[in-house]
Amino acid sequence: MSGSRSNICLKLSMKTKETTQFQDLESLLTAQFEQHSERIAEGDTPAMKSLRMKHFEAFKAVGFPDSSHEKWRFTDIESALNQDFCHELSASRSDRNIEELFRCEVHNFRSEIISVLNGWYHSENGPLFTNEDGVIYGSVKAAKIAYPELFDARYGHLAHGTANSFVNLNTAMVQDGVFIYVPKGVEASRTLQIIKMIDRDENVFVQNRQLIILEEGSKLSLMHCDDSINHHTSLVNTVTEVFVGKNAHFELYKLQNLNDASGLINNTFISQEAGSNVRTNTLTFNCGMIRNNIEVALNGPGAHADVLGLYLMDKQQHVDNQIRILHNAAHCTSNELFKGILDDEATAVFNGYIYVKRDAQKTNAYQNNKNILLKPTARINTMPFLEIYADDVKCSHGATIGQLDQEAMFYLRSRGISQSNARLLLMYAFAADVINMINIEGLKSRIDDMVKKRLRGELSVCEKCVLHCGTPEKEYHFDIDLSKL
Amino acid sequence: MLLNIKNLHVEIDGKEIIKGLNLGVNQGEVHAIMGPNGTGKSTLAAAITGREGYEITAGEIWFKGTNIVDMEPDERANLGIFLSFQYPVEIPGVSMTNFMRTAINAKREYQGLPPVPAGEFLKMMEEKKNLVEIHSKLTNRSVNEGFSGGEKKRNEIFQMAMLEPSLAILDETDSGLDIDALKVVAKGVNQLKSGENAFVIITHYQRLLDYIVPDFVHVLFDGKIVKTGGKNLALELEAKGYEWIKEQHLFEA
Amino acid sequence: MEVQQNDNILEQVTTSDYKYGFYTDIENDMAPPGLNEDIVRFISAKKEEPEWMLEFRLKAFRHWQNLSEPGWAHIQYPKINYQDIIYYAAPKKKSLASLDEVDPELLDTFNKLGISLEEQKMLSGVAVDAVIDSVSVKTTFQDTLAKHGIIFCSFSEAVREHPELVKKYMGSVVPYTDNYFAALNSAVFSDGSFCFIPAGVRCPLELSTYFRINAANTGQFERTLIVAESGSYVSYMEGCTAPQRDENQLHAAIVEIVAMDHAEVKYSTVQNWYPGDKEGKGGVYNFVTKRGLCKGRSSKISWTQVETGSSITWKYPSCVLMGDNSVGEFYSVAVTNNFQQADTGTKMIHIGKNTRSTVISKGISAGRSNNAYRGLVKILPGAVNARNFSQCDSLLLGDQCGAHTFPYIEAKNETSIVEHEATTSKISEDQLFYCNQRGIDTEKAIGLIVNGYAKEVLNKLPMEFAVEAQKLLAITLEGSVG
Repeated sequence: MSGSRSNICLKLSMKTKETTQFQDLESLLTAQFEQHSERIAEGDTPAMKSLRMKHFEAFKAVGFPDSSHEKWRFTDIESALNQDFCHELSASRSDRNIEELFRCEVHNFRSEIISVLNGWYHSENGPLFTNEDGVIYGSVKAAKIAYPELFDARYGHLAHGTANSFVNLNTAMVQDGVFIYVPKGVEASRTLQIIKMIDRDENVFVQNRQLIILEEGSKLSLMHCDDSINHHTSLVNTVTEVFVGKNAHFELYKLQNLNDASGLINNTFISQEAGSNVRTNTLTFNCGMIRNNIEVALNGPGAHADVLGLYLMDKQQHVDNQIRILHNAAHCTSNELFKGILDDEATAVFNGYIYVKRDAQKTNAYQNNKNILLKPTARINTMPFLEIYADDVKCSHGATIGQLDQEAMFYLRSRGISQSNARLLLMYAFAADVINMINIEGLKSRIDDMVKKRLRGELSVCEKCVLHCGTPEKEYHFDIDLSKL
Repeated sequence: MLLNIKNLHVEIDGKEIIKGLNLGVNQGEVHAIMGPNGTGKSTLAAAITGREGYEITAGEIWFKGTNIVDMEPDERANLGIFLSFQYPVEIPGVSMTNFMRTAINAKREYQGLPPVPAGEFLKMMEEKKNLVEIHSKLTNRSVNEGFSGGEKKRNEIFQMAMLEPSLAILDETDSGLDIDALKVVAKGVNQLKSGENAFVIITHYQRLLDYIVPDFVHVLFDGKIVKTGGKNLALELEAKGYEWIKEQHLFEA
Repeated sequence: MEVQQNDNILEQVTTSDYKYGFYTDIENDMAPPGLNEDIVRFISAKKEEPEWMLEFRLKAFRHWQNLSEPGWAHIQYPKINYQDIIYYAAPKKKSLASLDEVDPELLDTFNKLGISLEEQKMLSGVAVDAVIDSVSVKTTFQDTLAKHGIIFCSFSEAVREHPELVKKYMGSVVPYTDNYFAALNSAVFSDGSFCFIPAGVRCPLELSTYFRINAANTGQFERTLIVAESGSYVSYMEGCTAPQRDENQLHAAIVEIVAMDHAEVKYSTVQNWYPGDKEGKGGVYNFVTKRGLCKGRSSKISWTQVETGSSITWKYPSCVLMGDNSVGEFYSVAVTNNFQQADTGTKMIHIGKNTRSTVISKGISAGRSNNAYRGLVKILPGAVNARNFSQCDSLLLGDQCGAHTFPYIEAKNETSIVEHEATTSKISEDQLFYCNQRGIDTEKAIGLIVNGYAKEVLNKLPMEFAVEAQKLLAITLEGSVG
């Protein structure tokens, strides 16, 4: 299969044949950039080119973080990076039937699919497309040539700092990704679904980018699935920038479902203008190592954000959620809720951070992180932070770590429910808070199903998707009415 | 005249609520202010007591010979104005005893008197508690925290008894009270009534006036007093509702 | 009683500024400014210390030289020049047998502080150890305590009289390697208090230490060591003041507590170091390491602190819950005004089975100050059924200040339950108007409401301290009404 590929893929090998000298990934990547910068920056506007250089210099100077870094104390990024990778310089082709691969049928859920293979945009509608609602989407590669002014005004403006190594690397080296533009007043009737697949017969390190712009009064719901198709190691470094205009509505559902050898570093920046409404729901079902950096900046009065997450981890999986909510304007509200169930030797990190700027009066911010540990070997580090500089605010936060309620267990069992079913029920009830915040009915019931499967220790994949490794599961029913819990 | 309000205009957030109100209250009198919801009854109470956000754009409020419109709320209180709140506020961690003692000493300081000795203060607490049939345990709790609706209202009357104001404004004190609690509150007010002080009772219904008999009844409508009468006016309003007043007022206007 | 107290407190509100800011002209015996091995030797020699003590200091000093100052706390201050500080300053007359021999100037100082040693002795039955600048000047009630086998003396005296105990426990809870300021203290500490409660003894008195920085340019580096043997109980109080000076003064203390089986230690602090003036000039840098080890089964260590002073506070009184069923508690009120900065909280390290910890923290920020709660709750794998509850509330007065909450929770045992709650709020306008309407002016109303807000913690203080603490809250917040 790999023989049919004609794309350029540069090997990032720690040990070269010529010399026994150990080379780190940093210098391999910087060398690759220096050698191929023409190709990497192909189609960039001058402003984008200088942005690349700025981030490249920052990356070159600082390199990757390690565990001595305050923000990486609990996540072992070093071993995720300490591998041989292939880093593609041109689009992958797959021998599989792409349409079949990306077929995703969910009952009652109409979506329009945008596919991304190994970080490269792929769609039967071509590189740029305007759908019947008037939503424009396409590849970053094509869009930056078609809309240079838009890119100059927005691209890299949210992910602008140079403190984050992965953002630096991404901005320097990324070549493709997804661009979505919702014009003023346009309300997308169908959910857009980005399916990102990793399929390569060797370890791959992928840089990927999303630029999403919602103009004033527009509306979009987006589903974003990260999946891997085989057992190879992959490391995906994604940067997503979302501009939500005045009174616009944006919903983002992220489904993270990769194999145990995969690493995912997801940097999402959302900027909200006055009166806008954002809901993000990050659902982590499977992945070896996952790091979610989510930053939501409420920049205009009356903006509201729901930032939600659910993580169900087992084996030796690790999830690290770093959530920053920046209240930069008065009269904004935010609600942050992350819940997790950790089994086996799984570990989780939660670091919530609510920042209330001076004069951001009448802020109302809520932050909560709740965890259940199922095994003595599971670990959780939670750090719910508040940093507040305005006095007329209501901010509260909470964090809990505990087990399934033994009294509730007994109550269920005394009604004749088996221990394993009672356990499932309680775990499901725990997760329900987050699932119930999904606004799209069809999606909600599907995710509901996936959670149930995941809690039973099965792979939680779509029924019709080729990705699932077994036969489609039959509908799973609990013994009693869940709504009564 | 104890209280003399002349051509009062009050705005909240730029919206005029009281639109040229006149009211005179003499010592020894009980005035009832009635009217439909949203006509400015509570706004009047807030303006007299100096609540922030209630802007007096025109007119005067004379109390004991001083125009008080520019005075701070605590100064007005120390001058002898008391408001029984429609919604008494909870102050966690501050005991009733501590709260009352601070308030009484603030008033005494204003009058140039030394702080009240502890023994005398406690004796006074006991006496006044009996007056409104308030439980001893309530005064050991934090101000209004965990009090029932009725307890809160009785606590307001208790504070009134402690502070002995010259003018007491009762803002919807009857709302949310059952008949027994209403009687207790009325009994307390009647015992505190003297030739020296005066009461302004703001109420939507007539039933409190069965127990505290007013000398004057005023009907407030659209930010003005549109009708004044004796206690029978209250009964008439109870029987006929407010519609006829509205019609009459609109007709006259 | 309560009525009386509150009344007094409110009267205090009207007095202004830092009232402990006087300076006493006491003749001092001083080391030259700067820090090197010779200074460490000088201090040790001055105190006529045995060889092992000097060795301990030198080891700590050499370790300190290799460390760099921590920078992770939410505080900002100009770099401290450790060579400008005088590390030893002692009132000249020493070794006093009775109060008559105490320098009259010094006695006057205590009177100004409101702690006449004599009076304390007579009335309150509190045993006092007073530490001025670096030296413990007087310990009262020693004889009474000796009858119960309780040792309560200056640290220097303990080094001389009870070397075996000091050797055994000093550095066992806070090793000199612990952190930058702990290493510094271990090298140059000048004096402090030592307390030993024998098995089964319930200390009949509240033990108390007053610390005062007096001389200019001096740092204060005292050390406190409390050892509570099996089944014993002691309540220990600590108070502190400093003169008003334009330059910053450094205070880097260590407190170590060891509690054996079923022992209980209650440690209360009312911290009132000079906070600097309204423009943020001067004030004490209060960089303190306090830690208690619940070594025995069912032992209990409880920290209560009221932090109103210092221009910068950096301290995290902690409990290491090693013994099964041991209990750690932390109750804190931290008030910051003007340009004060506080980064304070606790660490609860659960090691033993069924260990419990409670954290109640009330932060109050006013002026242009910043007030951060930083706390760690760590459940180690062996801490089966460990429980923690934390409640960290912040109250903001004014729109130029900051209130921050940085809890760290690490759980490595699935049977543990950890709960953290926090809220940030301001005094509601309804509450203020309600008080105003009852004739209470806004400043008094804030004092009243703040004291009510902090009550849960103030109630944990011994009576003598609670009164002082309430007064301090009101004084600290004076002029904070916008």
